[in-house]
Amino acid sequence: MKAEIIIAGFGGQGVLSLGKILAYSGLLEDKEVTWMPAYGPEQRGGTANVTVILSDEPISSPILNAFDMVVVLNQQSLDKFESKVKPGGILVYDNYGIHTPPTRTDIKVHKIEAMEATMELGSSKAFNMVVLGAMLGLMPIVKKETIGKTLKKTLPERHHHLIPLNEQAIEKGMSLVAD
Amino acid sequence: MSEEVRLMKGNEALAHAAIRYGCDGYFGYPITPQSEVLETLESEMPWETTGMVVLQAESEVASINMVYAGAAAGKCVFTSSSSPGISLMQEGISFIAGCQLPALIINVMRGGPGLGTIQPSQADYFQATKGGGHGDYHLIVLAPSSVQEMCDFVGLGWDLAFKYRTPAMILADGIVGQMMEKVVLPPQRPRRTDEEVRKQCPWAVTGKKNRERNVITSLELDSAEMEILNEKFQETYREIEKNEVRYEAYNIDNCDYLLVAFGSIARICKKAIELAAEQGIKVGLIRPITLWPFPYEAVAAAASNVKGVLVVELNAGQMIEDVRQAINDKAMPIRHYGRLGGIVLTPDEILDSLKNNFLNPEA
Repeated sequence: MKAEIIIAGFGGQGVLSLGKILAYSGLLEDKEVTWMPAYGPEQRGGTANVTVILSDEPISSPILNAFDMVVVLNQQSLDKFESKVKPGGILVYDNYGIHTPPTRTDIKVHKIEAMEATMELGSSKAFNMVVLGAMLGLMPIVKKETIGKTLKKTLPERHHHLIPLNEQAIEKGMSLVAD
Repeated sequence: MSEEVRLMKGNEALAHAAIRYGCDGYFGYPITPQSEVLETLESEMPWETTGMVVLQAESEVASINMVYAGAAAGKCVFTSSSSPGISLMQEGISFIAGCQLPALIINVMRGGPGLGTIQPSQADYFQATKGGGHGDYHLIVLAPSSVQEMCDFVGLGWDLAFKYRTPAMILADGIVGQMMEKVVLPPQRPRRTDEEVRKQCPWAVTGKKNRERNVITSLELDSAEMEILNEKFQETYREIEKNEVRYEAYNIDNCDYLLVAFGSIARICKKAIELAAEQGIKVGLIRPITLWPFPYEAVAAAASNVKGVLVVELNAGQMIEDVRQAINDKAMPIRHYGRLGGIVLTPDEILDSLKNNFLNPEA
């Protein structure tokens, strides 16, 4: 098993945290993992992206030019990364604020309404977990139960009351891509 | 604390490894992309557990001179910074080398020259391996390519520094500093007691008691004496060159082309080698782990049966000079591929460069 993924969006959308939860879950499932952020001025607004690789084998490069799955959460990221999906790979994009949708036909394109779904949940902070749910619905990167364990291990105790909301958000995200 | 598997950034691993090695003190000043070293040390608060000192100095110049003093007392001390900060430290590093003191200096390189960018770079290769400060000295230079090596080279760096009484440097870059990977942290070692320091470092200024006084200085006004001292340094360097060369050889049996790269860029090369194999092109890699002493013989041996050598670096061509020195064959094509100023190269760029240089040079 090997999953080469990039997640890109605005700074503040929880892109890096989402990647970290995936990477930590990979660790709990005894996989090799690499999490590589674009750590530049992006952190201070503008775009942010993170490459996450999970594999049963040792991982070579943390920097890639083609991905099994590309997740983009704004137009700039879509423009930048649509061409980076491997042929036959998966492109997931949140429709919010997209004026020029993707055009490639040699990949699987999934439009999700993650922002709307998050608003239905009543907390905008769960946005990245809705996106994670959609990702897991499209590719069995890690088990859903493992994400629950990760949240318990990585969130400080005072935030543990938010875990049910996060799990609900993941379910919601999965339902967005269910056939 | 026992051995432990964790997910963390390379910079965080440096800090944890130092505490667990039984380090006595850290002196540093924040700079991207290595500020997590100081941040992690502050949040771990080792002064409460092992008694290790963690001090944010007023500048890089102050940091390196605090390291100089700590090392003179036989303590296990280090500093970390990124390129512009390391430039500020060069005088202190030369003094530490001139006084034959063990110390660890970490450079998580960013794009230069000047203040440059905060993105990854390898443009301080010359500075680290060919001098940097003034005088005839060398640092032992270790180049980690994974978070695990960031952790392991802290202990290795100090082991070598104390063994040879010479400063060691970890030459990392923004990629390996900022990325997170699985890392096995070593068990906690106790800090050495004063008694153990006196025994391990009989030269150190530990407070004169029942012995002749120890003087730590790099000043010697008698040139004849200074030459003798320099010859002693050179003997030590020859011994290090004999004993401590480290490298990784990857896929070099029956390869047609050879890549030479260090640090995180060697990882990107491995991906390029996978892509090349899919197209039937056989490519191997030598990754120098010690940049000084450089693995001249390993590079020469790996290059002996190939059609071309491509040196891949995040700079305009620095390590390539050592590769040229290693491969004493005027007919062998040795080419360079690099990106500058903080731009990170990708696996397909390496493959394209390989093809353009050796397979279809006209294109």
